Amino acid sequence: MRADPADYCLASPGSLLGVLSLLAAEPAQWLPIAGGTDVMVLYAAGKLPNRKLVNIWNIPELRQIEVFPDRIRVGAACTYTALRMHPIVSQEFPLLATAASWTGGIANQNRGTLGGNVANASPAADSLPALLVYDAELALISARGERQLPYRSFHIAYKQTALAPDELIRDISLPRRFSGYVSHARKVGARNAQAIAKVCLAALGRLANGTVQDVRLALGSVAPIPLRLVATERELLGEKIAPSLLETTRRSVTGEIHPIDDIRSTARYRAAVSGNLVVEFLEKLASEGENA
Amino acid sequence: MIPSPETKAKCEVLFTVNGKTKKVLTHPMERLLDVLRNELGLTGTKEGCGEGECGSCSVLMDGMLVNSCLIPVAQASGANIVTIEGISAHALLLPLQEAFLECGGAQCGICTPGMILAAVHLLDKKPEPTLAEIREGLAGNLCRCTGYMQIFEAVATAARRRVGK
Amino acid sequence: MTLAKLQEHHIVGAPVPRKEGRDKVTGAARYVDDMVLPGMLYGATVRSTIARGKIRKITYGPGIPWEEFVTVTAKDIPGKNCIALILDDQPCLAEETVNHPEEPTLLLAHADRHKLRKAVEAISIEYEPLPAVHTMAESEQQSTIIWGSDNIFKSYLIEKGDVEAVWKEAAYIVEGEYSTGAQEQLYIENNGVIASFDREKGVTVWGSLQCPYYVHKALMALCGLPEEKVRVVQMETGGAFGGKEEFPSMIAAHATLLAIKSGRPVKIVYDRMEDMAATTKRHPSRTRHRTAVGKDGKILGGEIEFTIDGGAYSTLSSVVLSRGTIHAGGPYYWPSVRIRAKAVATNSPPHGAFRGFGAPQSLFAMERHMDRIAQVVGTSPIEVRGRNFLKPGQTTTTQQTIREEIGLDHLLSRALKLSDYHAKKARFARENKYGVLKKGIGIAAFLHGAGFTGSGERYLNSLVGVQAGADGSVRVLVSSAEFGQGTNTVLCQIAAEALGLPYENVVIAQPDTTVVPNSGPTVASRTAMIVGKLVQSAAISIRQTLTKTGLLGDEYTPEQFRVACREYIAAHGPLKAYARYEAPADIYWDDEHYRGEAYAAFAWAVYVAEVTVDLATYSVTVDDFVALQEVGKVLHPVLAAGQITGGVAQAIGFALYEKVVWQNGRMVNNQMTNYIMPTSADLPPIRVFFEEIGNVHGAHGAKGIGELPMDGPAPAILNAVEDAIGVRFNSIPLLPEDLFEALSAQSLDSKASFSTREIR
Repeated sequence: MRADPADYCLASPGSLLGVLSLLAAEPAQWLPIAGGTDVMVLYAAGKLPNRKLVNIWNIPELRQIEVFPDRIRVGAACTYTALRMHPIVSQEFPLLATAASWTGGIANQNRGTLGGNVANASPAADSLPALLVYDAELALISARGERQLPYRSFHIAYKQTALAPDELIRDISLPRRFSGYVSHARKVGARNAQAIAKVCLAALGRLANGTVQDVRLALGSVAPIPLRLVATERELLGEKIAPSLLETTRRSVTGEIHPIDDIRSTARYRAAVSGNLVVEFLEKLASEGENA
Repeated sequence: MIPSPETKAKCEVLFTVNGKTKKVLTHPMERLLDVLRNELGLTGTKEGCGEGECGSCSVLMDGMLVNSCLIPVAQASGANIVTIEGISAHALLLPLQEAFLECGGAQCGICTPGMILAAVHLLDKKPEPTLAEIREGLAGNLCRCTGYMQIFEAVATAARRRVGK
Repeated sequence: MTLAKLQEHHIVGAPVPRKEGRDKVTGAARYVDDMVLPGMLYGATVRSTIARGKIRKITYGPGIPWEEFVTVTAKDIPGKNCIALILDDQPCLAEETVNHPEEPTLLLAHADRHKLRKAVEAISIEYEPLPAVHTMAESEQQSTIIWGSDNIFKSYLIEKGDVEAVWKEAAYIVEGEYSTGAQEQLYIENNGVIASFDREKGVTVWGSLQCPYYVHKALMALCGLPEEKVRVVQMETGGAFGGKEEFPSMIAAHATLLAIKSGRPVKIVYDRMEDMAATTKRHPSRTRHRTAVGKDGKILGGEIEFTIDGGAYSTLSSVVLSRGTIHAGGPYYWPSVRIRAKAVATNSPPHGAFRGFGAPQSLFAMERHMDRIAQVVGTSPIEVRGRNFLKPGQTTTTQQTIREEIGLDHLLSRALKLSDYHAKKARFARENKYGVLKKGIGIAAFLHGAGFTGSGERYLNSLVGVQAGADGSVRVLVSSAEFGQGTNTVLCQIAAEALGLPYENVVIAQPDTTVVPNSGPTVASRTAMIVGKLVQSAAISIRQTLTKTGLLGDEYTPEQFRVACREYIAAHGPLKAYARYEAPADIYWDDEHYRGEAYAAFAWAVYVAEVTVDLATYSVTVDDFVALQEVGKVLHPVLAAGQITGGVAQAIGFALYEKVVWQNGRMVNNQMTNYIMPTSADLPPIRVFFEEIGNVHGAHGAKGIGELPMDGPAPAILNAVEDAIGVRFNSIPLLPEDLFEALSAQSLDSKASFSTREIR
């Protein structure tokens, strides 16, 4: 343990209002902590810049998953375990349920939260590509009020987000309109569990008359932010999946991402695997898409 | 109640540990792991990595498996904590502990308390786990001695005995 | 009551409960960090930040109440500033120069452990940098000399027969270069000790360690104290694998210096980041083979060049090199061979002991090279091994005559059967034509010598005691440490068997240098075989003492034994017997020419790995693993199998996952999240099988098995990868990125078909 607990304070207001008024009183001073699976790692390494933390683990309204006819609303402090256990999430949003199962081990899934994954804004986060392809919308709340933000606009640059200093993510909404899609999730990490992704893919698609009617591709760990492959998607629309298309797609994917060399992998590897994973998805789409 | 942001003072945390109510005066950002070990003398909970990677510090908090190195003690306020000492309080070992002994699930023993708690949690959620479920349920608990094979066998054996097969 | 005679061989070979098992499954076992002494301080280490340089100035930064801290520098060392081991070249604290990153330079202690980190960071050391060496190749060039006169810690030359003569007879000359990376032991319990000092009693150290008497020796030299003023106690040890062989002397030295200076007990327990960055790892290696092979695939002779990277100080490199050199020829008959080996210096923290101790490195090369020979000759990996296996009457590379039965052919054919090798190989070849998942199967055959090399056991001169109490209980007195492998259990089984007593009546003393004799270090796969045999002798002496004095008959019950002990002790005082190692008369070793009986016994093995290579992710998964070995006698089936599965798991990590990322001599992925050991979700079924032929030197015929399973998996796996995709990899760890680079280079060359996929 490289931090001195005496240097830190942790407030537990116990209510959303209490948390928001703390954030409002001293914007950017207070770091919300839910399950602590990111914050506590930095803290123990002596690398947590914030000295003031505010507990949001015990705020009931942040821990609910609500189901509406047209969407589900996931409280920001819902854990990966809660996501995995939820019947609608696993039926209609398998990419999210699968991503939840990738994260850490069971103990970390019992504590890690979806809102934490979003706010921490790691480009390697497992659940974020799924949120991108499902067109998630964030509810951001502060003492000033509440606003809705499409999740795709949330990440600005590496670890920088649209969250205002006094704001908290309240929930993440997912529209319930993807049940007819072929979905594909694949994480490539250094091992099968407890790994940080070298590349991870979330993909959705639908065929009609043998051609791509809708396709949604998102990759993690290949750019400073989780990336939706809009250009590649555009190129695929209306096309028939054939070997020549796979090769073009591979090139298009490589052109759209910006992977780097780091301690975990190389840019070249990430680029090649990204192409392979997207191709793997298109093959699956070709074989299953018509029946879906 | 909002404490003044300036106070980094200690606070009182009240929680239940192994069935007994405990009150500790501590900094709120002390890790639950350190409070268990240093304040309460429950040294069966081990530190292996301090970053939630190895699972040696696993305990049950309100029935959920957690890494106690990643929990600020203030978040454990009001919680019900069970450590390895809590499941070993009886003269008789749990069938799971017996199976660990019999099958060779414990070698150096440092991961064992956490591994056993992970297995308790697994069998609680899935009384008859498949091998794949055992592998997944224990994947957050690293063991460098056994290669895991004898641990899988221990968990499977205990599960069989529990359901009387 | 069962008679002693009837119990014979009921305890040895039986799955008795692990002695300390109950404490381990209940969390009651006491490791050093679980212990707190009154008034205890916590210690921390200030380390070098550069690879090599002269220390110019040390500044204690502002904002820290330095008067609250105990500070120790090299000037505070009462004796010699070194960690006494073999060459004594490693300082306890750097004084004028630093030779690697993370080199200990200054020590701090404080009552509040949370105050230490900021203080460590507030100390800045100014250096005059010196050029540093970071690879074996740079070290060998000798353009920068960083150690001695030539950067070489140690070299060996083994020569057998006339190698020069074989090249012209050869039908094929097969060459290859193979390399292995550093590997972190990654015991789950970090290094830790508590030291206390008392003017009368001297120094006491409690620690997580393998070799109490290594620490004892080091502290005597460091403190200038006589042996009775240094006491070392081993606490329950949470994994070691060699990583707690020599390193504990360093951390114990640091805690001791702080304890002497402060007059209070001092605990130092590393956190994971410090443990990984600053302590020893497996020696990286490079092996070059040039082999003359006959038309029939028989080895005629060859040259092997084996080089290891020792890091900045010599520590154990000479002995690691020795074992690697002797194992370099594998389980094969070499009519002639020349093996040149050297350990070179680089400016990284010293590499050290790790399970296998040089042998996994040189055997990786040998077993990859055998597959290469098979290809060149146009035969199969099975055939080429079968034709070259050592047979009784033949000699090893050190000209040790094999006198025992080996049965390598039998091991090989049984391993092939257990793994369904031939059927799978055929099926994979058929099925690999389609899809992105390519399967392969590979084997490795190998040996591992038990005990210290050559005259090592003679120098160790181990002493073991067994003591019986008036209550009939028996205590085994050894310095051999339990760290998971089952020392406590196996030695108690042997003593119980020898005395004809129930296993429960025998206990083992906690290793404490004031209580137990020096039975040698707990290393080198020597404990069950060599220490076990001594325990057996000492136990038999106790029995003989009681029978000779007429207190006990040839057959007796535990109750009769108890009465006899009570009467003996009442009449004569304590009932203890000791046994000292005696080298077998027929063992001859020439240290100068590296020739003779290298080991009293070898364990033999054939392993088979089955893998899948995923060409979408370039990753290798081991799907099935068969580990078959001849180990003399299995003393405890569950513990023995556990040694094998654990070793194979570590070796799978060595082959496919565990990469130390170096930057200027420093490990930069020093966290469990970035240094990748296998989890429960990553390993195949590891299927363990034993053969027991026996061995005259070990207790009940046992040989050492602790290190053996580390040797074979890596080459078996890489052989399987080559079988799957036809690409040769000769370097480990083999990561997906390496596979990708090789495959993309190949597809550029030949437009190979690896990237084609089919649309269903």
